Amino acid sequence: MLALEISNLHKTYASGLQALKGIDLRVEEGDFFALLGPNGAGKSTCIGIISGLVNRTSGNVKIFGHSIDDEFILAKSLLGSVPQEFNFNTFEPVEEIVTNQAGFYGVPARIARKETEHYLKQLGLWQHRRSQARRLSGGMKRRLMIARALVHKPRLLILDEPTAGVDIELRRSMWDFMEQINDQGTTIILTTHYLEEAERMCRNAAIIDEGDIILNSSMKRLLKQLNNETFVLYLRDDLEQAPQLESFNKIIRLDHHSIEVEVPERLSINDLIHELETQNIVVERMRNKANRLEEVFVKMTTKTDDASAA
Amino acid sequence: MLYRFWVAYLTITRKEIMRFARIWVQTIIPPVVMVALYFIIFGNLIGQRIGEMDGMLYVDFIMPGLVMMSIITNSYTNVVSSFYGAKYSRHIEEMQIAPVPDIVILLGFMTGGVARGISVGIAVTLVSLLFTEFSIHNPLIVLLVALLTSCLFALAGLINAIFANSFDDITIIPTFVLTPLTYLGGIFYSIKLLPEFWQQVSLGNPILYMVNSFRYGFRGTSDIDLLTAIIVILFFIALLFSVSLTLLARGTGIRQ
Repeated sequence: MLALEISNLHKTYASGLQALKGIDLRVEEGDFFALLGPNGAGKSTCIGIISGLVNRTSGNVKIFGHSIDDEFILAKSLLGSVPQEFNFNTFEPVEEIVTNQAGFYGVPARIARKETEHYLKQLGLWQHRRSQARRLSGGMKRRLMIARALVHKPRLLILDEPTAGVDIELRRSMWDFMEQINDQGTTIILTTHYLEEAERMCRNAAIIDEGDIILNSSMKRLLKQLNNETFVLYLRDDLEQAPQLESFNKIIRLDHHSIEVEVPERLSINDLIHELETQNIVVERMRNKANRLEEVFVKMTTKTDDASAA
Repeated sequence: MLYRFWVAYLTITRKEIMRFARIWVQTIIPPVVMVALYFIIFGNLIGQRIGEMDGMLYVDFIMPGLVMMSIITNSYTNVVSSFYGAKYSRHIEEMQIAPVPDIVILLGFMTGGVARGISVGIAVTLVSLLFTEFSIHNPLIVLLVALLTSCLFALAGLINAIFANSFDDITIIPTFVLTPLTYLGGIFYSIKLLPEFWQQVSLGNPILYMVNSFRYGFRGTSDIDLLTAIIVILFFIALLFSVSLTLLARGTGIRQ
């Protein structure tokens, strides 16, 4: 069954900005789906329309087969959303924010209190339940929004940059939590600028740019599109200029001790190291310049920029 | 389904009541202090020189109007500040994302406004006992007019908040429209004292109907026919309710 089905979705703002140009998107039930794109690509508009925060110009959206027009009560009751920006009353106590959200979904008070306790404990916020939300740290506020989005047990959860501004330790614990939620059957749609996050967790992904979906496939197939990877090599000895290598074209000298080399898919790292050794260049350490998904993303979105510039 | 909406309605209402109850020093006390000053200055000091109005002591005459003024101002202010605040800090999205029909949101905010209007009205009435003798001609009329008037001004506050784009916009209507209409709505005088032309002009002020019907409930005397007053109030409630609902459905001011 499809958790989300978007057909021919258009959005033109009053300013004339065409934010969405007829996108189609399907997300299977149980999926962990990444919706990626540069700033201003249309991701938040798309999520805003699904959540009922933005009026669409035309097109259809269905959540688990329920139209957000004709069956909006059913459709919305299956949806949970964690927006990019904090959107709770910062003067309200933490517990009240989550309990009230359950109430808006029609969850009776007794169950709402129980679920609130469950999620606040799970997300490490229970000891702060009586604090005003404005007193929480940035990471706690993010977790509060996740608890609030889950309190009515949605089957589809949209996470719009859930780990933005969160330190790496907390980010990793949030990844574990999201994976756990997904394992329990909740379909998750994730937008993020941390592509490492999407690559680690998502099984399928779509890249949206300038209001169009320019790529939509499984993460595996997406990463296969990567024809080459760029590595940064740290050298033992000083280097005055970038070496000339027979099989590798793009070599950039970064400083006396490091170079950047693009390795085509047909060649291996061993080939590179071997060729450097023939020139008496010894590699001490190396790393990927960017993660693989990031390279695909840059390639795809840059191509679109070039095309639009032309 | 109806039970779900009922829970949502109760949640919004409780949230709204908690909002003003939590800051009672800012929401309940100031109107009480202000009305106490009105009683001291206009009721006692100046009122003693005025003598009687409509066959009763001046302080007894102005008492229902002062209570009504507090109800009007507080019902309006509660909703306009709460709804605009929710828009400004974007926590209105909590309700927009949830399966809450617009009418439930509307009723929830309206009930919050009514709750504050009535709470302040009761507090002001208690303070008035220090200055006047407590007597009610018809408690049902008092209750009905108080509820209907607070509904009406809660709705007006909601419409103001929907269109407001800044905190300045939520003070313009109370300052330049609501306050003048309230003062000219027969709180401090009977319109019978006015020349014929200005009596007719005063009949165009909806607040006159509320103040007079409320005074009828307390004192059994009014410049306006009670039934006409109730019909006028109901008409405005129906009008503002429809406008508010349409604006919420369109997403005016809250959806891009």
